[in-house]
Order: sequence, then C-alpha cells, then structure tokens
Amino acid sequence: MAHTGAVQDFPGKSCGLCCTKLKNFGVTIGKTEILSGIDLHIHCGELTALVGPNGAGKTTLLRAVLGEISHTGELSFLDAGDCRRKPVVGYVPQRLDFDPGSPISVLDLFSACLSSRPVCLGHSRRLRERASASLAGVQAQHLLDRRLGDLSGGELQRVLLALALDPNPDLLLLDEPVSGIDVQGKELFYDLVSDLRQQYDLSIILVSHDWSVVSCYADRIVLLDRTVQCCGSPQEVFANEKILRAYGPAVKEETGQFRLKKPRVIQRGGGVNG
Amino acid sequence: MMEIWYAFINHILPFAWAQHTFMKNALLAVLLAGPMFAIMGTMVVNNKMAFFADTIGHSALTGIAIGVLLGLQDPLWIMVVFSVLLAVAISMLKTLTGASTDTIIGAVSAAMVALGIVILSRGGGFNKFSRFLIGDLLSITSKELLLLAFVLAGVILLWGLMFNKFLLVSVNPSLALSRGIPVRLVETLFCIATAVVVTISIQWVGILIINALLILPAAAARNISRNMRQYHVISILITLASGIAGLLLSYYWSTATGATIVLFAALFYLGTLLFKPRFA
Repeated sequence: MAHTGAVQDFPGKSCGLCCTKLKNFGVTIGKTEILSGIDLHIHCGELTALVGPNGAGKTTLLRAVLGEISHTGELSFLDAGDCRRKPVVGYVPQRLDFDPGSPISVLDLFSACLSSRPVCLGHSRRLRERASASLAGVQAQHLLDRRLGDLSGGELQRVLLALALDPNPDLLLLDEPVSGIDVQGKELFYDLVSDLRQQYDLSIILVSHDWSVVSCYADRIVLLDRTVQCCGSPQEVFANEKILRAYGPAVKEETGQFRLKKPRVIQRGGGVNG
Repeated sequence: MMEIWYAFINHILPFAWAQHTFMKNALLAVLLAGPMFAIMGTMVVNNKMAFFADTIGHSALTGIAIGVLLGLQDPLWIMVVFSVLLAVAISMLKTLTGASTDTIIGAVSAAMVALGIVILSRGGGFNKFSRFLIGDLLSITSKELLLLAFVLAGVILLWGLMFNKFLLVSVNPSLALSRGIPVRLVETLFCIATAVVVTISIQWVGILIINALLILPAAAARNISRNMRQYHVISILITLASGIAGLLLSYYWSTATGATIVLFAALFYLGTLLFKPRFA
C-alpha cells in the first residue's frame, strides 16, 4: 500500500525516468545454468518484448524478476527521483494454474489482493466500486460476481490484467498472456496493453512467441537465448539477417529442413537406449 | 462460567439428554470445535491439504509415544510440539527436495504411525491408548473446553489477520508473490495452524476420523457455494448441524460421538453432491 502513494505522485503520463536495471543477471537451478550475463535497462513507458525459442529462459527470467527463484547479479529499480526502492510489480501469468472448482468469485480475488479485511466476511462497498472500476478498464465489469472457474480463457486473462494494474505497477510482466486465446480476444488484450503505456507510468515486459504481435506493439525487442542475443527496436532486429535466420519466423526452408531431420534424431536416440 | 452455561441449557433444553453434565459439556464442545473445523477446513480443502492433515493426525501416535517415553501423564503438549515440528519439516522437505508432495507425505505418514505403534505396543500395552484412535467427546472436561475456546479464538484471530494471504497463496503462489506476499512463510504458518488444531482435537475426535471432520463440511460447502462468504457460512452451518445431530444420536444409539458426527457430515457431502450441477 505504501508504494501506491509513491506512484500516484506522478499519475497519468509516463515520465521516462524510472528504470529497471538488470546487471550481470543470471539464474542457475541445481547445476543447470539457465540464464547468464544479462544486462538490460527497461525504461518506463516502453513495451519490451522478450522473444526466443522454447527453453530459452524467458519465463525463468520473469520468475527471477518476481523473486520466485533466486538469481545472481544485480536487479535494481530506480524511480523518477533516482531513488532505489522496491518496485510494485504486476504479473499476468501465461495460464493461471488454479483449482477451477474453488468457490472464489472475481470480487473475492480483488478484495484479497487489495484489502486486509478477510474476504470471507464479505466486501465493503468501496472495494466493490474499486474492483468494478478496475474491471471496467479492461471491459470486464460484468464478470465481477462470477466464479473464477466459470470464466473463459480470454475473460480470465483480462481479469488478471485488471488485477495486475491495481495498484498502479511500476513494472508489468506479461508471460505469453494470450496463448490459446481467439483472435478477437488477443486483439482486445493487446490494444488494452498498448493503451496502458500512454495512460500509466509503467514499463511492460511481454513474453511472446507471436512475431506479428511483437512487431506491431513492441517498442523494443529483446531476443533471449540463455543470454541476450540481440536487443533493439523492431526495425533494428528485423534488419539483422543473422538473427532472423536463426530465430525469426520468416525463414520457411529452415522449418522444412528441421522436419526432415527430426526422424533421424529420434532413431539415434533409440540406438543409444538400446 | 460453566454454571451459567449449565443453567442456560437447563432453561432452553428441558430434555432428558440435556440433564447430564457430560452432554452439556459435549454440546459446548461441538459448538466450539464445529466452527473451528469448518473454518480451517475451507482452506485445507482449497490448498489440497487433506492428505497433509491426515498425516498430522496419524503422527499424533508418535507424539503420544514420545510423551509416554518421557513419562508424562498428559502427552498433549508434547503431541502439539511434535506435530508442529513435523509440519515445518514436511513443508521444508517439499521445497528442498522438490519431490512430489504426496510421496513425501505418504512416506512420513507411514513412518510416523509405525514408529508410534512400535513404541506404544512395547510390552503389549497398546490397548490403553486406543482411546486416541476413536476419541471420546463425552469425556471432555471444563478445563479442556476452555482450551478449545482459546484455540477457536486463535483460529478466528488468524483468519482476521491472514485470511486474504492464505486465499491468494491457495489460488496461485506466483500471483501471491507478485502481490508481495511471503508465500513460503504463509504456507508454513498455515501448516502449523492446521497441525495445532488437529492435534489438540485428537483426543476427543480420534485419530482415525479427525481428518473427515476437517474435510467433509468444507468439501460439502464447496459443492454449493459460489464465493468465499457462502463457502464459510455453509461450511459452519454443516459442521454445527452434523455436530448436534451426531451428538444426539450417539446418545440414543450409544455409539462413538466423533464417528456419528462424521457420518452426518458425510451425508451432507453426498446431499450437496446431488445439487452440485445447479451451482457449478
């Protein structure tokens, strides 16, 4: 709650001054080094897209920034006054892994996040209005009293986005937020996210596999594969042929070759086992 | 204190069964323990900790055994300390080894029951401990009722302070962490609270069925509720209803009280299961 006040000192437009810095950032789980030597500056008002192949460590990076897993190196957040503090982080997971049979309503979830009054005693009118307003921002106010398990995939992601935006975060982490959601749902979601940059003072990190989305909405693309392979504006990244050949979507022959190679790999694997 | 309660019961319940002091005590115990189990049960079910609570119940045998080895007359406090240590150990094992929770809990549960039985059956004297297996609600004393009242107050206080955190962690730990909740600490605190509640109640409800009393009302309420308030209210109503019905019928049938109560809770569960399609 204390953080909210700090953010509200400069509401509205992004100031472009606050900054999240990752310095020599790495993650090792067990004996496997998943990420190493990452240096990134993420400024507010920017949508940074994190792309890379499966297993590149994109989700791991987000989880480490969230503090869910430990990391090496330095992670710091500087606000507009150039003062270090703990950032307010909003997080929209790829798929909220929860028990769909649980008797929890959308309002319950909001109240649990925003107030300390036990949800099982019911909700204050003030909180109901606040949650309703938050949901209206993502065109989901009609979902307020629905059970969480009854929501469709797109509805749930919009609810989670509304939740991540209240209180105003400094850093919004979106982990493939619309994978498996229909085209309309996707467009609605990304238009909302894109508007956020203008409305709020926050930096957004978006993990995505969808190159069309990335090129359309991102201000900056970070290509991640164990470490930062390439970083720049969409134009810069798409101009880099080497990167495009290795990771990009456009190179069709490579996909074909990969398919041809695949059976041989499996055969070899079988041989080793035998 | 107790005199007021006895006079009150004599006044409003002029029935044959209510004339006995032990029935008045047991009724008060049901009214205290019911809400406590109902409230704890909602989160135990939400966290999918039914098996964990069962293990804590079973490992009470080892707690009793340790108490006996130390030569204590009343092993309750040793049992509580032991179960709290065990709860912390299980939640640490879970995070450290990353092994599946049900494997760890299954292993611990079996080991604790075996250890308890080995120690208690030394010299063939296990029978005098069988009261812990079945439990005896009718033997509750006014001092023990006071203890029960304190535990209930503790649970309500815990809920008042921590419920929202428990709820968020139960929905999704990553989400809870992004809201600044110390997930591991909250999880461990809940494990400890469950351990204390289960262990203190064991002598009255019995090791074999205590878990059912924790799980069934919440599971039944879950079938027919759409938000957290309904969940809690229905769960409390079901425990109170099955508690009072079980107490009365165990008196007339002369059966074990705890088991009779659990049977009623199971009926409620079956009943709500039939209505589930209308609510889900």
